[in-house]
Amino acid sequence: MSGLISSSLARKVVMALSGLFLVFFLAQHFTINITSVIDPETFNVWSHFMGYNPIVQFALQPVLIAGVVIHFVMGFALELQNRKARGINYAKYNGGANAPWVSRNMIWSGLVVLAFLGLHFYDFWVHEMSYKYVDILPEDPTRYHAETVAKFAPFWRTVLYVISFVLLSLHLWHGFASSLQSMGVNNKYTPAIKKFAKIFAVVIPLGFAFIALYHHLNPITY
Amino acid sequence: MKLYLKIWRQKNAESKGSMVEYTLDGIENDMSFLEMLDVLNEGLINKGEEPVEFDHDCREGICGTCSLMINGRPHGPDSRVSACQLHMRSFKDGDSIVIEPWRAKAFPIVKDLIVDRSAFDRIQQAGGYISVNTSGRPVDANAIPIEKELADASFAAATCIGCGACVAACKNASAMLFTSAKVSQFALLPQGQVEASERVLNMVRQMDLEGFGNCTNTGACEVECPKGISLENIARMNREYLSASVKG
Ligand code: HEM
Ligand code: SF4
Ligand code: FES
Repeated sequence: MSGLISSSLARKVVMALSGLFLVFFLAQHFTINITSVIDPETFNVWSHFMGYNPIVQFALQPVLIAGVVIHFVMGFALELQNRKARGINYAKYNGGANAPWVSRNMIWSGLVVLAFLGLHFYDFWVHEMSYKYVDILPEDPTRYHAETVAKFAPFWRTVLYVISFVLLSLHLWHGFASSLQSMGVNNKYTPAIKKFAKIFAVVIPLGFAFIALYHHLNPITY
Repeated sequence: MKLYLKIWRQKNAESKGSMVEYTLDGIENDMSFLEMLDVLNEGLINKGEEPVEFDHDCREGICGTCSLMINGRPHGPDSRVSACQLHMRSFKDGDSIVIEPWRAKAFPIVKDLIVDRSAFDRIQQAGGYISVNTSGRPVDANAIPIEKELADASFAAATCIGCGACVAACKNASAMLFTSAKVSQFALLPQGQVEASERVLNMVRQMDLEGFGNCTNTGACEVECPKGISLENIARMNREYLSASVKG
């Protein structure tokens, strides 16, 4: 097993599995979040469920955090190893001639997403934890929608979210389809899978950006 | 045509190298890239200077020895050719050309533009073979029927000439395309099944030991490979590796 994890191919599978897991999480997260625009009541119901269901809180949430940590720690490890493998850099290296920019800069798009996750955690997770366990406030199952909308009142936060979603889109533009290649999937369905992955990579982050902008432009005035 | 060359010069494996500039005149369109370097070297020798050392053998695109990073691309700007098959008509009068050796920790520099690619040999030795009895009662290879598509895919993988352009092009100096071609040429054939698991495990282990990077699936290798070896081979190697690991 330790031999497995020191192998380059196994590391790539870890990268791919954790990345794909995050892709599924993203789809689920988006499905709930979009209800904050469509129907605030549904959003409150789901948010309350996610916030207080013990399975979600104590089983799924730790798995998600582990998934994120494994993914970016492995990402850093691979990046360092890859830089070492070149040794001396070329005086002239025309990387753009043979590979797309997004595929060569996964570490940078990933780093922006990681920085965003820090902010996002602070905004929502830390807030929830102090609500529930520090201030020990009574649960109001209808609070989520107003809290979320209020978060997007500051222009700077909305802009940071939108920028991060653009970088997330670039990360997935390469990463989603790449994860399948890493796990050995490359067959007659691959062109169709790639198309789907690219649509996903644009639509989901764009959708998240739309939600942030929508709440910024439609503050609750009551 | 007149050219402004910038070439990596390095006395030996231990010394520190640097880029050296040369101006070269009288180059003709029909010369190959290596002939252009021959002209440069003739001039240097006549002046009593050390010629630029570069690897070459067949000069017809089949041996894979010519290994030149030309203006930031392995084997230069043309696709599906090795450096010896690149012609000066791909350049124009007054061009600057930067010429460097393959850069990879696993390919140490021997001198100037020559690198030591024996890491590839060791990957091959780790499993790039099949065991066949050669004496007694030899069996005709054609006695085993093989689907045409599989035979073609195996042959396509076997056209890899071990040049190392894939490593040179890859931002991670990964040798996955080479290794996967050498795994695939056997994995696709019944003759390769006996040693299939050990083969992929051992070859990947050796590839890692040599210090090549990991694959990010950028596809640079496939674009720069003079033989058009496909990324499908890397996916096949990943599958072979996963199933061999699960089997134990
Ligand atoms: C919601 C967040 C994220 C999602 C959905 C995601 C998804 C993915 C996917 C699917 C891959 C492709 C895996 C493969 O090619 O095998 C990938 C690769 C990668 N990710 Fe992420 N990722 C996320 C966040 C991050 C973060 C925070 C980092 C931190 C630095 C990061 C760094 C990388 C790197 C470096 C790669 C390329 C690794 C390689 O191919 O060598 N990602 N990501
Ligand atoms: S896979 Fe292509 S680029 Fe790599 S060593 Fe073989 S022939 Fe050269
Ligand atoms: S010298 Fe043989 S391939 Fe170029």
